[in-house]
This record gives sequence, C-alpha cells and structure tokens, in this order.
Amino acid sequence: MSSWSEATARQRIAGLLDAGSFIEFLPPERRAVSPHLRELGQPAAFDDGVAVGRGTLDGQTVLIAAQEGAFMGGAVGEVHGAKITGLLERARTERPAAVLLLLESGGVRLHEANAGLIAVSEIMRAVLALRAAGVPVIVLNGGRYGVFGGMGITTCLCDTLIMSEEARLGLSGPEVIETTMGVEEFDAADRALVWRVTGGKNRTILGEATLVADSIDAFRAALVAAMQPKPLTLETLEAEHATLGNRLDRFGDMEDAVDIWAAMGIDNPQRLPLLDTDAFLQAVKGAGA
Amino acid sequence: MERLEFEFAGGKPVAARNKPVLAGVLGSGNLEVLVEPADLKGRVRVEVETAARGFGPIWQAVLTDVFERWKLGNIRISINDAGATPAVVALRLDQALQEYAGGDA
Repeated sequence: MSSWSEATARQRIAGLLDAGSFIEFLPPERRAVSPHLRELGQPAAFDDGVAVGRGTLDGQTVLIAAQEGAFMGGAVGEVHGAKITGLLERARTERPAAVLLLLESGGVRLHEANAGLIAVSEIMRAVLALRAAGVPVIVLNGGRYGVFGGMGITTCLCDTLIMSEEARLGLSGPEVIETTMGVEEFDAADRALVWRVTGGKNRTILGEATLVADSIDAFRAALVAAMQPKPLTLETLEAEHATLGNRLDRFGDMEDAVDIWAAMGIDNPQRLPLLDTDAFLQAVKGAGA
Repeated sequence: MERLEFEFAGGKPVAARNKPVLAGVLGSGNLEVLVEPADLKGRVRVEVETAARGFGPIWQAVLTDVFERWKLGNIRISINDAGATPAVVALRLDQALQEYAGGDA
C-alpha cells in the first residue's frame, strides 16, 4: 500500500487512474516553463510544478491536475495556474465524469506577484463555471505541504474534498498567522496545535472533508464513491452561509479545536488526534457541526 | 544560477520511438532529469541548469562516470538542479536512463 504523502505528483496520478490511461497535456518535453523564475536566476521546472491531462478511473473519463509540492511548495505561478484553468475550461466542453484536483500548495507563488494572484483568481472562476455546468470538481488533499492561501479558497469552492489526517487545509498558513497576529494568537511551532486546527481530522469533524488513510488506494476508493455533482444554486449557497454563520456563533470564541469537539458532545475529545483513521471515524460518528 | 553543457561520444543509438522520460523533482537537494530522443549522430548531449554555481568539474566527473556505464546514443538530456549531491545526480540519471531504454538497451 503506497503512501500518498510520500509520492510525487506524477506517482499520485499513476496510482489513482486506471493503469496506462493517463495522457498528459503540455508534458515536460514541451517545456512550458515559468518566464519569471529565470529572470530571478532560479531553475524552472519543465512542467512549472503541475501535471495536467486526461485518463480513466474505473473506466470513466476524468480530467486531472496534480500539483508537485516539492517544487516551490506547490506555489501557483502564471504558467502553473494557466494549466489548471485551461484544464477546467476544457472540461466544460469535454464534460468528463469529474475533474480531479490533486492539490498541494502554499498558494500564490510570490515571486510572480500579480501574475500569480491573477492565475489563482482565474482558477476560482473556472471552478465555479464548471460546477454551474454540472461537472463535479473533486479535491484530493494528502500532501505534506497542505493546501493554503488561494488554493485553500479554491478547495472550498469545489464539490467534494477528500483528505488524509496528515494533510492540512487553511487560508493563511500557521506561520503567516503567527507573524501577523502574534504567537499568542497562533503558535506555529506547536505542531500538534497546527494539525488539530488545520488537519484532516478537524476538517472531517466540521463536515468539510471525507477522511481517508494516507494511501493512494484509500484515496481512490473514496473517490469512486464521490463522483457526483453537488447542486450549486442560490438555495444551496444560502444554506451553506447559514451553516457557517451558525458555526461561527457556536465556536467563534474557542481557542482550540479540542474545545469545539467537546462542545459538539464528542466523548473524551483529547484522544482523537491519537486514533487511527478507522477508530477516529467510529469515535466521531453522529457528531455534527 | 549556472548553465552548463556537455557532450559524450555515446554508444548504441536508442530507437527514436522511445518516449521522453522525466525522473525526479526540482526540489531542494534534488533534480529533475528529462531524457528525449535526438538526432545527434550517435552522441549524447547534456544541458544542466543548476542553482549552485562553480561545480562544472564535478558535473563533468559524475556525467563521465554515468556515460561510461550507459553506452546509449542519440539522446538529449536536460537537467534542472536544486543543489543535489553527486550521488543523487548519478542515481537519478540511472533511474531516468533505465526507464528510457526499457528493454531496448
């Protein structure tokens, strides 16, 4: 059983899709590299840190993008973002069974400044346009760098999130919060705190994610069950806003995720971080945010 | 950043039908190696872009050693390097060349 978090972006694609079915768009030999990094005297990856293409999953056609966290923390530059946006726009005409986003990213690539910011906003717009067209967009988040910044927002715009305990999801990263708000607000060196708040278990308890073990097979199994579009209408958006407002009212003053778990009536919440995936899912069964 | 180019005499030309291969990731202490078919009259060309300046002689030594073991011709190798050690470079090249050559070597 091979680990998702230890795999490269391309290994994740190969392990997830039906064997040999992946056809890459703009493969490395096309050298669609960042025009900005060389100006800054840095080597630029042949794929700008993301692989995109088409393949099949259990025989169904999917479009897929995988960010490589080891290259600049998966940060979104101009070319990187354009590859993801192009894939999402292509899906509106091709209408695959789903678009799979294998994300691992700290957000905008700051070296590329406004070009990176615009790239992320274009991804967001393309996700919403595709969902409005009824094609599900599914995020798989299991990389060691987590998903933050603009890609964190993008994740929350998608239909479904599948996540491992080791993965993290947030808007500002822990060190950004500590730098701007002070260590009293959030201690980024406290790894247990960081994972309690941003990790896959808390996201699952809050109803944002489906938790899976850190293996490519586990992600694949959860994915096959999740390839359904969720309706995106004014009513669903208003219901989502009401849920989030209610969550803020109930938990907004709390200092730690453990306090939230206790308020939700989960028995002995301190033990949750130490449980394996199956025992954890059993322990939180029936709890609702 | 430094850009380096090397050529080696090569050996048995690999059939041009072989698909390009990418091995490794451009992450800290690592490198990515792209192997492609090229009409180079049997020779091997290697182009390196590396974040670490001043290591040309070490690249020469490592690559010479690798192509004494791999007698392949008509290939172009492009490398993006983020400070990999010589041992990592040699292993990554072995990985890429093995995958590229398949049963053809």
